[in-house]
Amino acid sequence: MKFYIKFDGIAACKVIVREHMDRLGVKYEMLSLGEIIITSKVSDEVFKQLQEDLARYSIEIVSNPKNQLIQRIKDTIVELVHEPDLPLTTLSVYLSEKLNLSYGYISNVFSEYTYSSIENYFIIQKIERAKKMIIEEELTLTEISYKLNYSSVAHLSGQFKKTTGITPSMFKRIIERRRLSAHNSRTE
Amino acid sequence: MSATIHILLADDDPDDREFFAEAIQGIDVPHKLTMFEDGQALMDYLSNIDLDIPHILFLDLNMPCKSGFDCLDDIRLSPKLKNLSVAIYSTSSSERDVEQAFVGGANIYLKKPSDFHHLKKMVADVVKMNWQYHNSGLSRENFLYSIQ
Repeated sequence: MKFYIKFDGIAACKVIVREHMDRLGVKYEMLSLGEIIITSKVSDEVFKQLQEDLARYSIEIVSNPKNQLIQRIKDTIVELVHEPDLPLTTLSVYLSEKLNLSYGYISNVFSEYTYSSIENYFIIQKIERAKKMIIEEELTLTEISYKLNYSSVAHLSGQFKKTTGITPSMFKRIIERRRLSAHNSRTE
Repeated sequence: MSATIHILLADDDPDDREFFAEAIQGIDVPHKLTMFEDGQALMDYLSNIDLDIPHILFLDLNMPCKSGFDCLDDIRLSPKLKNLSVAIYSTSSSERDVEQAFVGGANIYLKKPSDFHHLKKMVADVVKMNWQYHNSGLSRENFLYSIQ
């Protein structure tokens, strides 16, 4: 039997974190965007255990304030990109309203620590989402371009090519051929 | 968040290695570089490491003894190297070769440029793009990046 899975990384991550905190008896409040407040007293050993447990899922506890802000910016962008339909507000307005900080400040902190501008990071995330939708094969490229607020399929294809160096159709072909060769080597 | 990134290069041409080492010095991401003269030396090194898996490997395709494609096959069969990004570093830019490298499990395809400034910019772009994948939880299976 062979099947593909479709998943929501954010929802999955929340469930994993909840289960592990509950198991260790940690009391907490989960705010939006991966922000968690621990409300009970937690020993260093328990906290370390939690860190190790979550690391197995590539979930990292971030507690340095600058890194926290960068993580919140990234999470906000990821949430924005995963909205069923992208809102039409500009990225700068959206981020400064969500984070309650000036866009100038947000954008400076971000480029200082991540080797990327916010705009560039936003494009990378949009193209990643487009890749996932291309692989899922439920929507046409035209439908994907509207979902991600591109004015046309040509605009999406152009940005896809500029960001990845290959066209959407070549991307799709490569992923299909990889699956096929993985399948063949298993049945050999 | 931004620890030093560990970059590997496997290339049998000493001039190309020297160019690459010089180009990589110019990037503003903290890094260290380890170089290999052929595919066998690279694979010996990779099979002996346990922790601290390097972040990215620049792999020349045409090497004696063990070719770049042979190395790529072995790397993709090794579960411990699943997070190592492989950048094929080649003189060819035919779409067929690019596609073949990606199907074989490469993440990045880089055409060797003829001038130094171009090389510097390409290497910086690749390292930065790879950094985003390492630090932002992006799906490595969908990481395909071709630069010419």
